[in-house]
Amino acid sequence: MQSTLFHRAAVGLISLMISGMAVASDWTERSDHNLRPGVTAVSQEVYDLHTTILWIVTIIGLLVFGLILISMIRHRRSRHPNPATFHEHVFLEVLWTVIPFIILIAMAVPATRVLIELDDSSDAELTVKVTGHRWKWEYEYLTYADDNNIGVSFMSNIATPPEQINNPVLAGGLFPYGTAQDAVGNEFPEKGANYNLEVDQPLVLPSGQKVRFLVTSADVIHSFWVPDFGGKKDAIPGFVNETWAKVPEGKEGTYYGQCAELCGKNHAFMPIEAKVVSQAEFADWLAQKKEEAAAAPDLTPFADLDEAMELGQQTYAGNCAVCHGNNGEGGVGLPFAGSDFATQEEHLEEHIHVLVEGRGAMPAFAAQLSPRQIASVITYERNAWGNETGDLIQPEDVYEQE
Amino acid sequence: MSTAAAAHDDHHHHAPTGLKRWLFSTNHKDIGTLYLWFSFIMFLVGGLLAMVIRTELLEPGMQFVDPEFFNQMTTVHGLAMVFGAVMPGFVGFANWMIPLMIGAPDMALPRMNNWSFWILPFAFLILLSSVFMSAFGAGHPSAPNFGWTFYAPLSTEYGPASTDLFILSVHMMGISSIMGAINVIVTVFNLRAPGMTLMKMPLFVWTWLITAFLLIAVMPVLAGAVTMMLTDRHFGTSFFSAAGGGDPVLFQHVFWFFGHPEVYIMILPAFGIVSSIIPTFARKQLFGYASMVYATASIALLSFVVWAHHMFTVGMPLAGTLFFMYMTMLISVPTGVKVFNWVATMWRGSMTFELPMKWAIAFVILFTCGGLSGLMLAITPVDFQYHDTYFVVAHFHYVLVTGAVFSMFAAAYYWLPKWSGVMPNKLLGELHFWSSLLSVNLLFFPMHFVGLAGMPRRYADYALQFADYNFWISIGGFWFGLSQLFFLAVCLLCAMKKGEKAAARPWDGAEGLEWEVPSPAPFHTFETPPVVK
Repeated sequence: MQSTLFHRAAVGLISLMISGMAVASDWTERSDHNLRPGVTAVSQEVYDLHTTILWIVTIIGLLVFGLILISMIRHRRSRHPNPATFHEHVFLEVLWTVIPFIILIAMAVPATRVLIELDDSSDAELTVKVTGHRWKWEYEYLTYADDNNIGVSFMSNIATPPEQINNPVLAGGLFPYGTAQDAVGNEFPEKGANYNLEVDQPLVLPSGQKVRFLVTSADVIHSFWVPDFGGKKDAIPGFVNETWAKVPEGKEGTYYGQCAELCGKNHAFMPIEAKVVSQAEFADWLAQKKEEAAAAPDLTPFADLDEAMELGQQTYAGNCAVCHGNNGEGGVGLPFAGSDFATQEEHLEEHIHVLVEGRGAMPAFAAQLSPRQIASVITYERNAWGNETGDLIQPEDVYEQE
Repeated sequence: MSTAAAAHDDHHHHAPTGLKRWLFSTNHKDIGTLYLWFSFIMFLVGGLLAMVIRTELLEPGMQFVDPEFFNQMTTVHGLAMVFGAVMPGFVGFANWMIPLMIGAPDMALPRMNNWSFWILPFAFLILLSSVFMSAFGAGHPSAPNFGWTFYAPLSTEYGPASTDLFILSVHMMGISSIMGAINVIVTVFNLRAPGMTLMKMPLFVWTWLITAFLLIAVMPVLAGAVTMMLTDRHFGTSFFSAAGGGDPVLFQHVFWFFGHPEVYIMILPAFGIVSSIIPTFARKQLFGYASMVYATASIALLSFVVWAHHMFTVGMPLAGTLFFMYMTMLISVPTGVKVFNWVATMWRGSMTFELPMKWAIAFVILFTCGGLSGLMLAITPVDFQYHDTYFVVAHFHYVLVTGAVFSMFAAAYYWLPKWSGVMPNKLLGELHFWSSLLSVNLLFFPMHFVGLAGMPRRYADYALQFADYNFWISIGGFWFGLSQLFFLAVCLLCAMKKGEKAAARPWDGAEGLEWEVPSPAPFHTFETPPVVK
């Protein structure tokens, strides 16, 4: 399909029609009109299919609308007072049933070919398990070349600062959950170029090698989508879906994606950032990550309550506030401010346990946060917002539970 | 027997007045009017919710609502429009017009007709109460927030308490729809005037007959889906919970087995309306009547074997994916036949462009745009890119707004003279048409662009490259919303009988039994069946 004259003419014309259409793979020159050709061979084929079908439907549309227009001009009563009386025409009716059928077959052939290609995730050199969480992605590197026991995994959170996102303009307005009410009237910082797309820890991939993604979910359905890799795959709890990408050498760079299946409150705020690097760079990165993973956790005790509270506040804002509220007032999750759970001594063990193991809709944080962070955030929840229990939880207390 | 006796009785006594006339009505015209007003009110309510969505999306950043509230808006907007505006709207037209078109004195089951309407306001009170509680209640308990497609487990394990209100209201809407559909089928099969053979019925009656069969086939499936949700939520079953051995993808299969025929439930009556209006104003018989009937029937049959094209990304086996791709592409053949037939009806006619014709032509062109983007979506490898983006949102709004809703405007302008006895106000009608036509394209056309460029749907906030188009989409949205106030004025004027008096046959090219009775149509018509030659 790619090489036909018709196809090249289609691409050229559409590029002319839609001025400024970006064909570059760099996200900074991102298109705001049209599908992205992407960086993989498959994504290019998908783009070519898209261009062909767009061109076909445009021609069909223009033909039909042209006929309607001609009829509206020439067959209006003022010019054509005596209507014809025909009301059937077997040949025409057969013709406009058969011709669309032939066009459909012509479309189905290349579509089938690309679909079969997309479906084949065999012989991958790197396998990454992608798990959707509300509302972040977890990447676990399973196998690379001969290494079947990598043991590297991490969470990838949105890195756009909340002050850029929450810009409420109305005090007591339609923000029924009050999460951003306290920011009304603030000066809001300018939004960065990668607003709502940047993450704290990107997915790092090697170029020139086939990467298989095993996609699943820990809670609700998400969808893993990097447009430049040519398509999306749903992350479904209890299922492991497969998809793959092979970014050619020389196309190293950062490719962004977003969750594409409604997954609750922060559906719009769980971006994907894939950093594609050379194989040598990837090997170095992976070795460093393995070293970090093997190291013993930092269990240095907090010197005093203030030290724990400071780290706790940061950790809370980055991981807990989204469900439990900026001021512990609750929301999707339970409230802490003044609650029995966060103030009564008898719930302390349970408090630690729930953070480590999770409970119901509350995810387990043992894999995402260090014992030091978990200890600090529990300390924070039990001392902030007037709770003031004086409880100081040490990393060791948490590590015992893990 | 008793129905005939009651009708006879009414004839001799005074027509019922006041609240009782509407509450206890068994008259197809009054019930039709109730349905149509209800549908229009829900259209405005659903529109208001859409205005909240468009206000938030005017600029990047969260300015007006919390993302959680945003999700509730998209959910209830979809439910109100699908189950509150479009479906009851078409039932309203069916109530008014099917008996008049086939020469029947009323619907076959008038008391059930009353019941099927009066369930609806309560169903929607239940659903909308959750929005009021969320916006104004103490603690702002969330309204349904999982999208109108309510995928599990977001709507089951993770659904808010108001999900139970949603389940109850969907059950009630389903009962109402099934009863309405039974009524249409019984009426069409039993109450046709002598000589009105099936292949002489106006296409609106044909498309509604087929729609009614679709409704009876799939509304119970929807009821099954929400019942399984209910037991998953409260009675310990695990139909859709992977942790309990269930299957979240099963939910999607069940939902779309309802949901795809549902799409045709919302468009087949529109085909019937347009097939009535175009011949009238082209002054030429409908081209290919028989092929229109067969095309409608084949679309209906095919609609049962394409459901999984809504879920190409869930990871189906290759063979399954291919099957659903081919079947979906196939459906464009009978749909194309319909469009070509309409064009051929206009061809060498003697056309004038009164308001119903304007809306009908806008329907043919813009619905075709929606159909063509549908064909693009059928190409599975590309759908992996389009799926769940604004491209899909653009597609189904072209089909449902400039398709279904535009056909209802066409129908309203076409039959308002018959219903009210006065012609709709021309100036307001023209303003309504042109204002809606321009704004609806500003509203929905750029959605194709942001969708292709990669903006996922149901996003409360977006990356910066989508900002320019979203601004104009929002402006188009506010403009389209305000344009509907012209229509409200048109309807109110007609209801108050203000305007030029309408003749029994206000459109000179119009054919059909409905134009044989005076305008406004008397309370009882065709008590003695007319004879159709």
